Amino acid sequence: MSEFLRSYLTVGVFFGVGVAILYSVLALGGLLRPTRPQPQKYIAYESGVDPVGFGWSQSQIRYYIFALLFVMFDVEAVFIFPWATRLEYYDVFGLVEMVIFIVVLALGLVYAWRKNVLRWI
Amino acid sequence: MRVFAELSYWQQTTLRSVGVLLAVLLPAGAFVQLFLFKLVSFMHNRLGPNEAGPKGSLQLLAEVGKSLQKEDIVPEKADRVLFKMAPYLVVASVLLVYAAVPFGPDAWFTNLDVGIFYILAVSSISVIGILIAGWASANKYSLLGGLRAAGQLIAYELPMVLAVVGVVIQAGTLNLQGIVGAQANGEIFGFGGLGNPFVLTQFIGLAVFMIAMQAELTQTPFDMPVAESELVAGYMTEYSGLRFLLFFIGEFASAGAFAAVAATLFLGGWYLPGLSLTADYMNVVGPLVLFGKMLVLGFIVFWVRFTFPRLREDQLQRFAWTVLIPISLLNILATATLKVVF
Repeated sequence: MSEFLRSYLTVGVFFGVGVAILYSVLALGGLLRPTRPQPQKYIAYESGVDPVGFGWSQSQIRYYIFALLFVMFDVEAVFIFPWATRLEYYDVFGLVEMVIFIVVLALGLVYAWRKNVLRWI
Repeated sequence: MRVFAELSYWQQTTLRSVGVLLAVLLPAGAFVQLFLFKLVSFMHNRLGPNEAGPKGSLQLLAEVGKSLQKEDIVPEKADRVLFKMAPYLVVASVLLVYAAVPFGPDAWFTNLDVGIFYILAVSSISVIGILIAGWASANKYSLLGGLRAAGQLIAYELPMVLAVVGVVIQAGTLNLQGIVGAQANGEIFGFGGLGNPFVLTQFIGLAVFMIAMQAELTQTPFDMPVAESELVAGYMTEYSGLRFLLFFIGEFASAGAFAAVAATLFLGGWYLPGLSLTADYMNVVGPLVLFGKMLVLGFIVFWVRFTFPRLREDQLQRFAWTVLIPISLLNILATATLKVVF
């Protein structure tokens, strides 16, 4: 196996080790902790009063605009990183290209700003 | 480190797994004991925990022992599988961040070519864990907290990612060892005595990174998701005992992880001017140097946490989108221009 793949295999091993350790800590707790079930313990906590209605309520649409903007900028970051590592090679050409790219993106941000979607109302 | 290199892959990986657990738990424990127990009581002018052990030094163990004995409660309306899965994701994400941080010339867990990119990718797994926790609890407070957390974490992830780009431009590599080397061997306008720790040339990047880090860790002034006066404990409301402790460990371990990443990117990582960059002894000294830098950055995070009031949700989002992101975009352009001109 190549060095490259091996380092990602190590990452996978770390994930496995992490999950195994957490599981064994929880299992150890299972040996030590008491279990005295009472129906009141399993009611959702709403500051002491009995919960009203259903826990999974509908929430604000405003989150979706921010998620959309996030995707736009995150994809942009994917393009910027390879460019950043090779800037010395591309020199002035690369710089001008990236200025244009970022200005176009900034226009998008300014548009969203002017349309007032960045306000949390 | 010739002895280490002769071991087979599986032996090395076993040693590294033990190492990564230490690397996660030691800074997390140190942060909680030093900052959350001792520093906060000093800053608030009150007595902190001082009964368990000499000057309260064993308080952390007492807390863990207490949590181990708590009854395990899963609300009956909750989605049981997701409810139990969420803490795993949050803690595993921190563990994976540490996997790519270098601690010395040979003291690293994985030496990925795209190290910093990988770190930014895996650190956002915890957002999924938090959203799952908020949803699975079937509690209104949890759901609100989970959604707030998701909105906040994605908003502040962007400035963090963009702040890192400035460092990548200067170093010309995504590999964290390469970034440490670039800072050790760099020079500022021909003066190379100190190297070039990027805190000097990328101080805007560091400022943006630290603010975004504060928000990613959901520490005050950005603790809307767990605002106790509004949401009880946000996405953690229904978690108790050991599962709550796992979230707690995840929070402070990721404080350590982000501090380690910031120290590597901006403060020179495990290297100090005057020490050797390749000698074997750096595998012992390097982790200590990095730990010292992590404590400095962690101190700043908790100092801010204990002194500032909380922002409102709309102020928080506005600050990310209309202040931090434009600043970090300008920082990228300025860094690139300077790099090309000089």
